[in-house]
Amino acid sequence: MRMLINVPETVVADALRGLAAAHPELTVDVENRVIVRRDAPVAGKVGLVSGGGSGHEPLHGGFVGPGMLSAACPGEVFTSPVPDQMVRAAAAVDSGAGVLFIVKNYTGDVLNFDMAAELAEDEGIQVAKVLVNDDVAVTDSLYTAGRRGTGATLFVEKIAGAAAEEGQPLERVESIARQVNENSRSFGVALSACTTYAKGSPTFDLPDGELELGIGIHGEPGRERRAMMTSREIADFAVHAVLDDMSPRNPVLLLVNGMGATPLLELYGFNAEVQRVLTERGVAVARTLVGNYVTSLDMAGASVTLCQVDEETLRLWDAPVKTAGLRWGM
Amino acid sequence: MLDADFFRRWMTATAASVDREAERLTALDSPIGDADHGSNLQRGFHAVTAVLEKEAPATPGAVLVLAGRQLISTVGGASGPLYGTLLRRTGKALGEDAEVSEGQFADAFRAGVDAVMALGGAAPGDKTMIDALIPAVDALGDGFGAARAAAEEGALATTPLQARKGRASYLGERSIGHQDPGATSSSLLVAALAEANGE
Repeated sequence: MRMLINVPETVVADALRGLAAAHPELTVDVENRVIVRRDAPVAGKVGLVSGGGSGHEPLHGGFVGPGMLSAACPGEVFTSPVPDQMVRAAAAVDSGAGVLFIVKNYTGDVLNFDMAAELAEDEGIQVAKVLVNDDVAVTDSLYTAGRRGTGATLFVEKIAGAAAEEGQPLERVESIARQVNENSRSFGVALSACTTYAKGSPTFDLPDGELELGIGIHGEPGRERRAMMTSREIADFAVHAVLDDMSPRNPVLLLVNGMGATPLLELYGFNAEVQRVLTERGVAVARTLVGNYVTSLDMAGASVTLCQVDEETLRLWDAPVKTAGLRWGM
Repeated sequence: MLDADFFRRWMTATAASVDREAERLTALDSPIGDADHGSNLQRGFHAVTAVLEKEAPATPGAVLVLAGRQLISTVGGASGPLYGTLLRRTGKALGEDAEVSEGQFADAFRAGVDAVMALGGAAPGDKTMIDALIPAVDALGDGFGAARAAAEEGALATTPLQARKGRASYLGERSIGHQDPGATSSSLLVAALAEANGE
């Protein structure tokens, strides 16, 4: 494999040094792996801390800044960060108004954030947690770890981030975050596996002419393998999978998300097909975001996330945001 | 009787074993997980041996508590909290004695495994590290060699199971037919006990 790296062991640290150089508006602690907006803690403002494995960029470090996250903790590639990072992040952003941890539903992320919340509370920081679990490909039953958190993470971080920026109190920011998660559903498709630096070869073998339906964002295969489909057929499959699980009454936010290696030309073409299916199903799209936001290294493919919004959440979505990976209105 | 030096040897032997088997652990993790179990544990146990050299705690309990805390601080993922809790809780259950009997250790290790089950919510048969640890705990009364054999057998027996916890659970039936990487690394940890005892 040809990869633009030095050695696998320093990939994350090297990326953090580069992020710091490109974004002086961030404080990047390369050694302890914490990315904080430079003006934190902001007086009276709830701190938003998210984190997870690296390899999903711009999630989460690319979403730190005014209007979105206060801090992010990147773990090793596809591995949750450790509690020490989260406690450090919480301490850096807490102004006394409390901190909201935004956690994707993976066992590692959940366990480490739980431990961090306990430790942070020992230090006198008020902590609330919201779990993101929007992936309809996974059966949510007593017999699995539950649904994965994927594309909806971006909606939760943006909308709760806007609420925090307005100075809303912790319990309100938490309930908005929870509501956004509950109103969001995702489905992902892989056209290729990805290659992690630790392994150096594709994480699963996907022959030419086949695709994986119902993937997560960690290079794990999906629930089902089928013969290659057209963009139109994939859009039909993905949107129906999402709509089978939700019946939006209001207009929705739409995220057409690239997994990392699919060109924007293809993503926009896919978006046209997704919008066509949504129109056929009578779902009105209020805002659309197309691009690589919640990625899985060099995996080709895309995911579709819908979030049912109301006037308030749509207003918060439109509120100004200034981060490395998402910015508008300021 | 087992002293602090025995428990340091246990950790060193585990680190060496994880080093030797890192590629195999990662290969097992690849079809059903995200292909990093070997490298994550390697990072953690290197940190454990480094801190034990630096701080050299005087009691068996303190060695394991320190090792567990170090794993939680360095591994990440699910393995960090789960292995960290296993060692911390085992260490805490050993108390402050300078030497412990094999029977005391067996009881403490069971307390550690119980804590792992409580934290991860996994039960036997869910295709996790528990499937190697429970048989090991049950066999500890017959010595470290018996525990090693039981853990290895438990790890092998995860192959036909469907994963219900952790990332492999997202694959549903497709997780069947693959040996669980967590159960495999747990069997390495138990095997290192026998090794530290010169077996």
